[in-house]
Amino acid sequence: MSGADVLRLESVRKTFGGQVVLRDVGFTVPEHSVTALIGASGSGKSTLMRCVNLLEGIDDGAIFLDGAEITDPRADQDAVRRRIGVVFQSYNLFPHMTVLENITLAPRRVHGRGRAEAETRALELLDRLGLAAKAKEYPDRLSGGQQQRVAIVRALATGPRLLLLDEITAALDPVLVGEVLSVVRDLKEQGMTMVLSTHEMGFAREVADQVCFLDGGVVLEQGPPEQVFGDPREERTRRFLSRVVASGRLQG
Amino acid sequence: MSGDTAATGAVVVKGDDDAYRPSERRLAHEAYRRGRARRSALIAAGSALATAVALYLLVVNSPGWEVTRKTFFNADYARQALPEVLKGLRLNLELMLGCGALILVFGLLLAVLRTLRGPVFLPVRLLATVYVDFFLGLPMIICLLVMITGVPALRLSGVTTDPLLLGGAALVLTYSAYVSEVFRSGIESVHPSQRAAARSLGLTNAQAMRYVVLPQAVRRVVPPLLNNLVSLQKDTGLVSIGGAIDAVYAAKIIAARSFNFTPYLVAGLVFIVLTIPLTRFADWLTARTNRRQFQGGAV
Ligand SMILES: Nc1ncnc2c1ncn2[C@@H]1O[C@H](COP(=O)(O)OP(=O)(O)O)[C@@H](O)[C@H]1O
Ligand SMILES: [Mg+2]
Repeated sequence: MSGADVLRLESVRKTFGGQVVLRDVGFTVPEHSVTALIGASGSGKSTLMRCVNLLEGIDDGAIFLDGAEITDPRADQDAVRRRIGVVFQSYNLFPHMTVLENITLAPRRVHGRGRAEAETRALELLDRLGLAAKAKEYPDRLSGGQQQRVAIVRALATGPRLLLLDEITAALDPVLVGEVLSVVRDLKEQGMTMVLSTHEMGFAREVADQVCFLDGGVVLEQGPPEQVFGDPREERTRRFLSRVVASGRLQG
Repeated sequence: MSGDTAATGAVVVKGDDDAYRPSERRLAHEAYRRGRARRSALIAAGSALATAVALYLLVVNSPGWEVTRKTFFNADYARQALPEVLKGLRLNLELMLGCGALILVFGLLLAVLRTLRGPVFLPVRLLATVYVDFFLGLPMIICLLVMITGVPALRLSGVTTDPLLLGGAALVLTYSAYVSEVFRSGIESVHPSQRAAARSLGLTNAQAMRYVVLPQAVRRVVPPLLNNLVSLQKDTGLVSIGGAIDAVYAAKIIAARSFNFTPYLVAGLVFIVLTIPLTRFADWLTARTNRRQFQGGAV
C-alpha cells in the first residue's frame, strides 16, 4: 500500500467547556511524509496532537489511522497508542528510571519483548543519536537537548507507524535546538511519517512536505512549504508569518 | 553535533587541582563564618542551660514536689519496672511491625482503589471513600474498645477473642485509612503529564499506575509514612486496655501493686527513646528528598 495515507482527519471538532479550540479541522498525512503544523500559541496544535493520540476525545468528526477510524468508540485505544509515538515539549521522561529503562519500558511491558532484546535495540538507537554513554544515567543528569533526544528514542523504540512531535525544541536554548532538529532530519531521511508542530519556521520550511496553518479552529491554509511560506494566499497567514519573522524565528 | 556533546562531557576538570591555593579573601570569609558558628553555639548552649535551671527551680519549689517526687521519680521502683517494661515492649515492637506491614498493603490498596475511574469501578471507589472517611473520623480509642469488647461479645464461632489480635486489627483498620490518604496525596502529586507519557507509549491504565505513577508516588511519601510509623509505635501502647501485657500494661501491674507511678514514667521514657531515632531518620529523609527535588530536572 505505497502512497497510502497514514493519518486522515475529517471535520474534527474539539471544545473545552464552552471554548471551541478546533472548529473543523481536516488534512491528510501521506506515508513517509512530514507535516508541519504552524499557528499562534493557543491555536490548538497541542490539542490536535493529543486528539490524534486519543489522550483527548473529540466532539465531532473522525480521525483515521491507516484507513481505520480510531475515534470510533469501539476502537481499542491502547492498540492505537501503541502505533503512534509522541514526543512532548517538556520531554516527560520518567525521572525514577534510567535512560535505558525509560526506553525499554514500552517494548518490554507493552510489546512483550525480552529484556536483552529490548536493551540491544535501545542501545542501538541511543548510539545512533550519540547518547550510548548516557544509557545508565537518570534523566535529571542530562541536558535539555539530551533529554529530548532520549524522549525521541523512547518514542521510536516500539517502531511506531506515526510520530507526533509537539514543539519539541520550544524548551531548549538555541544551541541545543540544532542537535534535536538534526535527529528529526535523519528520521525524515529514514522515511518516518511525522506530524510536528513548531515555531522554528526555517526548519519547518526545510523539513516539511506539507505545512498546515492552524487559525481560528480551522486549517486556514495548507500546501507545500514554498507556497505557504513564500507566497501565502491568506492575509492572516501573511500576518502570522511576518510576526514570526519580526521575532527572529524564521531563520531557525 | 552529538559527538561534540559527548566530548565536552568527558573534559570535566578534575577536583585534585594541586596548583590551587585558597585566596586571602576565602580564608577571611571562612574565619568569619567559623566565628559566627562558635558564637551561635555558645548562645544556644547558654539559653538551653538557663531554661533548664529555670524549669528545675520552678518544679523543685512547687508545693507538691515532695509528693510528686516520691510517686513519679522513685529509683527503686524504676529499677524494678524497667526489665518488666522492656519485656512488654517486645510485644509493642512485634505489633508495630506486623500491623505496619498490613497497614502499608491495605493503605496502598485503598489509595489505588480510589483513583480508579469509570462507572464500573464506582462501587469500589465509593466503598473505599466511605471506609476512609469513617476511620479518619473515628477516635482510635473507640475503635479499640469496640473491637476488644464488642467482637468477643458477638460470640462468633471461629473469630478470635484474643485482645492482642483484636487490638492489632483495630490499629490496622484505623491506620490504613490514615496511610491511604498519605499514598493518595503522593499519587496526586505525580504530574498528569507523566501518566500521559505512559499512556501514549501504549501502556494500559494499570501499567501506567504500576510502572510510572506508583514508584514516584511511594518515593515521595516515605517521610510522612515514617511519621505515621512513629505514631503507630506509640499507639501500640493502647492495646493494653484489652489486657495484652505490653510495656504499658507491665508498668500498670507494678504501679497497681506498689501504688507508685514511677513505672509509667519508665514506660513513657522507653517509648520516647524508641521514637527518637525514627523521627530523626524521617527528618533526614525529608531533607534529602527536598534537596533532590530542588536540584531536580524539568519533569
Ligand atoms: N485540558 C484543557 N482544558 C481546557 N482548555 C484547554 C485544555 N487544553 C488546552 N486548552 C485550551 O485550548 C487552547 C489551545 O491550546 P493548545 O492546544 O495548547 O495550543 P497550542 O499548542 O497551539 O499553543 C488554549 O486556549 C488552551 O487554553
Ligand atoms: Mg502547544
